[in-house]
Amino acid sequence: MHAAPGKNHFELFGLPVSFDIDADDLTSRYRELQRRVHPDKFANASDQERRLSLQMTAMVNEAYLTLKDPVRRGRYLLSLRGVDMDEETDTAMDPAFLMEQMELRENLEKIRQADNPGRRLAELANRIGQCMQEKIGQLRLALNRNSAEETKHARNLVREMQFLQKMHHEIDNLEEELAI
Amino acid sequence: MTLFQISEPGQTPAPHERRYAVGIDLGTTNSLVACVRRSAAETLPDESGRHLLPSVVRYLAKGEPVVGHEAMAVAHEDPLNTIASVKRLMGRGIEDVRRLGKSLPYEFIRGDSAMLRLRTAAGERSPVQISSEILKKLKARAVKSLDVEIADAVITVPAYFDDAQRQATKDAARLAGLNVLRLLNEPTAAAIAYGLDRNPQGVYAIYDLGGGTFDISLLRLNHGVFEVMATAGDSALGGDDMDHAIAGWIMQQASIADDSDHKQMRRLLRDARAAKEALTQDKRVPLNIVHGNGESWQGELSRDQLHTLIDPLIERTISPSRRALRDAGITPRDINGVVMVGGATRIPRVREKVSYFFGREPLADIDPDKVVAIGAALQADILIGNKRDEEMLLLDVIPLSLGLEIMGGMVEKIIPRNTTIPVAKSQDFTTYKDGQTALLIHVLQGERELVSDCRSLARFELRGIPPMTAGAARIRVSFQIDADGLLSVSAREQTTGVESSVVVKPSYGLTDAEIERMLRESTAHAGADDVTRKLREQQVDADRLIEAVRGALNVDGALLNASERAEIESSLTDLQAVRGGNDGARIKRAIKKLDAATQTFAQRRMDENIRKAMAGHRLEEFDVPRDKSPS
Repeated sequence: MHAAPGKNHFELFGLPVSFDIDADDLTSRYRELQRRVHPDKFANASDQERRLSLQMTAMVNEAYLTLKDPVRRGRYLLSLRGVDMDEETDTAMDPAFLMEQMELRENLEKIRQADNPGRRLAELANRIGQCMQEKIGQLRLALNRNSAEETKHARNLVREMQFLQKMHHEIDNLEEELAI
Repeated sequence: MTLFQISEPGQTPAPHERRYAVGIDLGTTNSLVACVRRSAAETLPDESGRHLLPSVVRYLAKGEPVVGHEAMAVAHEDPLNTIASVKRLMGRGIEDVRRLGKSLPYEFIRGDSAMLRLRTAAGERSPVQISSEILKKLKARAVKSLDVEIADAVITVPAYFDDAQRQATKDAARLAGLNVLRLLNEPTAAAIAYGLDRNPQGVYAIYDLGGGTFDISLLRLNHGVFEVMATAGDSALGGDDMDHAIAGWIMQQASIADDSDHKQMRRLLRDARAAKEALTQDKRVPLNIVHGNGESWQGELSRDQLHTLIDPLIERTISPSRRALRDAGITPRDINGVVMVGGATRIPRVREKVSYFFGREPLADIDPDKVVAIGAALQADILIGNKRDEEMLLLDVIPLSLGLEIMGGMVEKIIPRNTTIPVAKSQDFTTYKDGQTALLIHVLQGERELVSDCRSLARFELRGIPPMTAGAARIRVSFQIDADGLLSVSAREQTTGVESSVVVKPSYGLTDAEIERMLRESTAHAGADDVTRKLREQQVDADRLIEAVRGALNVDGALLNASERAEIESSLTDLQAVRGGNDGARIKRAIKKLDAATQTFAQRRMDENIRKAMAGHRLEEFDVPRDKSPS
């Protein structure tokens, strides 16, 4: 039971269902919504309205988190098209991509013992960032074309991007561990 | 020309009176209460003109506990009954206290839950009860100084407080008879006090080193909206630790045995603190320590020696600062200003180290002891409705990741740290045995992978799952974190729709029944009867609801048709009629009825809010070429 039943994340933000999003516009819509629904605006309201405000704000936060990150946005667009990312039936990934991931991972392990790990971690993060940018471009094309074949391609891209995000997260963790 | 607004008779409630809500900084060492009067926020002094209330409570065998300066003055004579720095014990268990070492000279007892209790002359007391005495004292000060009833408060907590510590703070307020409008993070409160919301935009770091806690928060400002980008800290690091380090050094120098008694420890800590404070001005300070046997030792503490003692502690604030920057994805160069909060930031060495790390001189124009209470008062004033069109909005985050125990003693993260709150997340579970009807879920908070390295928040037992084959049940557990950073959990079996009952056992908290019992005891103690207290609570709730519904009808009455409005009005009249009576149960029923009657209205108002929020943006939707929006 919420105030905006059946609205998807895009509709909640008054946006067309599309991968193309203007980040600044999204953020300004987010702030505008928060100004209207946030629990601080309902501190004196009835329990009923306070509950609703809490639910709405959580929805707005979730939608914003999903829409502002290209990987999550891609995944969400696919889910709106009925494509489930969690299904493990089709696990075949591009062997070249997997090889590259293994190599990156080995690099990360080596950095732990290396001299000047800070600089090398930054280089690795940079490489992953570039790879991510390329894939975002490819994902945009695949999602906008919207054919069965392209949707499958988009799904693979999102999975690869999730790998990259995980890798990036591990770099952050190592940086923290090495107190860089 | 000024036009006077005249409302239609019977339509508007009493003209908008200024309501009072206080901001309370419930600190480790000192606490303060502040309020907005004549549009400026100020901290309220006691009869002797003192603004800081030492967070010290002394229990006596008979009578009310003594709170504040009077308690502190005798702390070293009656150490076991005089509790200082109780904030460090909030939401904590016996094991945590062991980790703090013998720095806390009290007698601890294990209670029913993992929450600890202290043995005092007045009986066993929990940290929640002890904190509530401080809050009561501050509330009484506000009532006296403002000459109005005070029921609502914004209470500040360290941003890095976990769920158990926040819940304990809220429980203490409830025991003190305060309605918590919001638990506000201390660094955010400081940012409000500095009026940073008036800056069009920028990124600020709030460095808050108090008596017992350290927080670093990074805030992004944009036209009145404060977005907390990241927060990190250490909820067991502060000026107190510096006092202990200095006291340890004095013991070494003066050959005082490690096992000296509580009184001696208290005196040493007092001397250590005085020396630390003197060294903010002077280069060296003489020490004169009286041993237990009456002999004395003379020596001195230099600034250089002080630095050797406290540098490792200051260094411990730098690594969370780095983590916060990394989480926010920024570098010190991106920061427009650094704000200093907390008594320990008065120490020149702390300022020096912080300036060096951030590469800029920190802001410290507002008294670092008062800045948090002032920010809390400003927020309380907005929340209570005195500034209806206030543009300011705070978007805070959860400081620690929230996860669940999975197989092998590992933690699966459900909500990562620095996620904006409120937030809701669901996770599906299934049974692993045929006919299994219950499921035990263990909620944890922390960043580490092993259950044993994270903090246990609660264990939830889901009962009444319909018997099915293993793996067939789909139990959706929903976690919700509200704007105070507090967690609640609900569960539902998806295939049959059976709502599972959730038995909540807060690992370090009090159950509702325990709080209810304490409230009963405290009213009995104060000579009032329990029925009166409950009736009074119902009446306050009724007044709140009546005012809220009237306000909503005034603003958005147009969203209702005549019959819908009549239904609400009739429930409203019913509640007003029973409100003045002395039947608490009837008032409660009338409240429920009115709440139910406004359900549709509340939803329409929320939809209307969303419509208005998007009003300025609507046009863009039609500018997008058709081929860009896949159907």
